[in-house]
Amino acid sequence: MSVANMTKSKDTFLTHFEQLENQGSGAAAWLLPTRKAAFARFAEDGFPTTRDEDWRYTNVAPIAGGSFTRGCEVESKVTTKQIEPFLFTDDCMLLVCINGQYMSELSQLGEIPEGLVVCNLSEAAQSHSDIVEAHLARVASTKQAPLAALNTAMMDDGLFVYIKKGVTVTKPIHILFLTDADNGAVSTHPRNLIVAEASSQVSVVETYGTLSGKSHFTNAATEIIALDNAHVFHYRLQCESEDAYHVSTMQIHQHRDSQVHAFGMSLGSALVRNNIATVLDGPGGHCSLGGLYLVDGTQHVDNFLTVDHAKPNCTSREFFKGVLQGEGKGIFRGRIIVRKDAQKTDAVQTNRSLLLSDKAMVESKPQLEILADDVKCTHGATIGQINEDELFYLQTRGINEQAARSLLVFAFASECLSDVRIESLRKHLSKRLLTRLPHGELLGDS
Amino acid sequence: MLEIRNLHAHVDGHEILKGINLTVNAGEVHSIMGPNGSGKSTLAQVLAGRDTYEVTEGEIIYKGQNILELSPDERACEGIFLAFQYPVEIPGVTTSYFLRAAVNAMRKHRGEEALDAMDFLKIIKEKAKLVKLDTKLLSRAINEGFSGGEKKRNEIFQMAVLEPTLAILDETDSGLDIDALKIVAEGVNTLRSKDRATIIVTHYQRLLDYIVPDFVHVLVDGKIAHSGGKELALELEAKGYAWISDDVNNGAAVAS
Ligand SMILES: Nc1ncnc2c1ncn2[C@@H]1O[C@H](COP(=O)(O)OP(=O)(O)OP(=O)(O)O)[C@@H](O)[C@H]1O
Ligand SMILES: [Mg+2]
Repeated sequence: MSVANMTKSKDTFLTHFEQLENQGSGAAAWLLPTRKAAFARFAEDGFPTTRDEDWRYTNVAPIAGGSFTRGCEVESKVTTKQIEPFLFTDDCMLLVCINGQYMSELSQLGEIPEGLVVCNLSEAAQSHSDIVEAHLARVASTKQAPLAALNTAMMDDGLFVYIKKGVTVTKPIHILFLTDADNGAVSTHPRNLIVAEASSQVSVVETYGTLSGKSHFTNAATEIIALDNAHVFHYRLQCESEDAYHVSTMQIHQHRDSQVHAFGMSLGSALVRNNIATVLDGPGGHCSLGGLYLVDGTQHVDNFLTVDHAKPNCTSREFFKGVLQGEGKGIFRGRIIVRKDAQKTDAVQTNRSLLLSDKAMVESKPQLEILADDVKCTHGATIGQINEDELFYLQTRGINEQAARSLLVFAFASECLSDVRIESLRKHLSKRLLTRLPHGELLGDS
Repeated sequence: MLEIRNLHAHVDGHEILKGINLTVNAGEVHSIMGPNGSGKSTLAQVLAGRDTYEVTEGEIIYKGQNILELSPDERACEGIFLAFQYPVEIPGVTTSYFLRAAVNAMRKHRGEEALDAMDFLKIIKEKAKLVKLDTKLLSRAINEGFSGGEKKRNEIFQMAVLEPTLAILDETDSGLDIDALKIVAEGVNTLRSKDRATIIVTHYQRLLDYIVPDFVHVLVDGKIAHSGGKELALELEAKGYAWISDDVNNGAAVAS
């Protein structure tokens, strides 16, 4: 990135930050020092470059050099009809943010069960300031994480979920972040906080989509705190426009015996970078992190994972798959840290890629830092192509070559979806996936 | 219905089929026998359109049209069906899901409307009963973890659903016990009619007790070395192939 670009981008976001400061009321007043500190951090570090080890394969210069308008400055009239394609069920608690702003008239929370607090974050910053203050920006570090710092500084609205001890929430919570970039590129910084008290259970779905316009920048962050024996199921669908830039940070903090299952699907944008990190900070915890992405053209998806086994007897599973066409690029980096005390750690990391073109590229890098001696830690990466015998078999049954290919790609990809526990969501994701494949309509619903 | 003329096929520079001539009329059942490696599966795969084999000479006329330029799916839509000697396992795709895509692709080709899930379910239940295939298998990935017999029955089941005009069965009987064999035979016989034809590749006379062929051909070293009626199968079972190979070597091959 050129120095000029760097200055420009810093200027863009400096201007944004000054606007925010002047408006003062972004959220609760207590938040302002946190924002300021985070911005100072971002201003100091600047956007990462490919000289930073963590960003070696992903060049954010197009974001750093882009000019964006703050999402909340852009007026947008959105109807219920426009958000329909992004919904997977009526049977959920729905929150909608457009260009970073919470839209209560589009949201449908319905009856909120006993023991659950669910609302937009800026409301929670006032109504539940104690809980928000105790956790917000405490889990997601801004250290060596300039984009997370930028999010904390600039954070727009988002989801707040708090589940009381022992409460099981059966209805999923769905938050929709849609961008309307019809009048030029906008940037948004969605922010979510999920706090699950001991022995509680909840399912949360985040969807990121584009309503209109093409290029925009989403810089999202989610913090999940799972207290003792809590079960959190988290799903994430990124289906923004093909020219969008999307950076996300998901930081999970797990206490004793807690379970977090997180799955994300990226259907391809110009640039996607997912930073996913969990700390297994109590014995007996389990986390499973799953991901699926599809790239085409010159799209780029980078999944950057850190699983930190800080305490003994925890298990972690990482299962990521990618489908690459055109000149698409897929990066998988999985860091597993096993601390000295974390005996009997059982960690498995799997990364599978399906290459559909000679020009597509995959980079898969595990990084194991094992300081304990009694651990099971395995990782495996495979890169495959369409199997010609399978293709021929399908064709001899009347399915044309392209549809047969799509069917095989779908079979490869949909393995990831089998872990999605909400049936309506699983169907929605598989439909979304099919629409991205040639002759998907012939394959119908599974 | 089918006329194969002087068919030559290569794979990786080796000539495998060395001038096959074979005519199959509607309503007929032909059996192809022959020693291991003589080219039976190659012939079956070439008929179905496998492009790893390069056809260097000759033609395949099916329903009056040279089909060499047609893709495997186009041939399938025209009614050609191949039951594989070694059915492929395809993880992640359930049999019923894929078969519905297949049925609808063929219906589309014929200008018919797609079958909805209910109608399709009715058909597959009925056909699964015919070949005594446990419908539970249909919701599993294609052939994945199926026993040898289940795989073969799955092929016949697919044939029953797709109702081809020309069915080519490549050793569908190999490895089947007598009960499974009878089921396979019944599947084939149910489909037998004056408008359809069947080519059965087999090593064993036993199957032909249940599906009585009109013609038996012996393929040796990429050529049809001998042809005859159903009694030829019995003779082969008793005498083996050696006497025919000698015929070929003496240049006394009889083409059908
Ligand atoms: N890729 C290849 N390269 C070279 N030779 C090949 C290749 N594929 C097949 N062959 C050869 O072609 C010949 C014919 O094989 P084919 O499978 O058609 O025989 P078959 O008559 O079906 O035998 P079987 O009774 O064992 O099923 C064999 O000698 C086999 O080794
Ligand atoms: Mg064979």
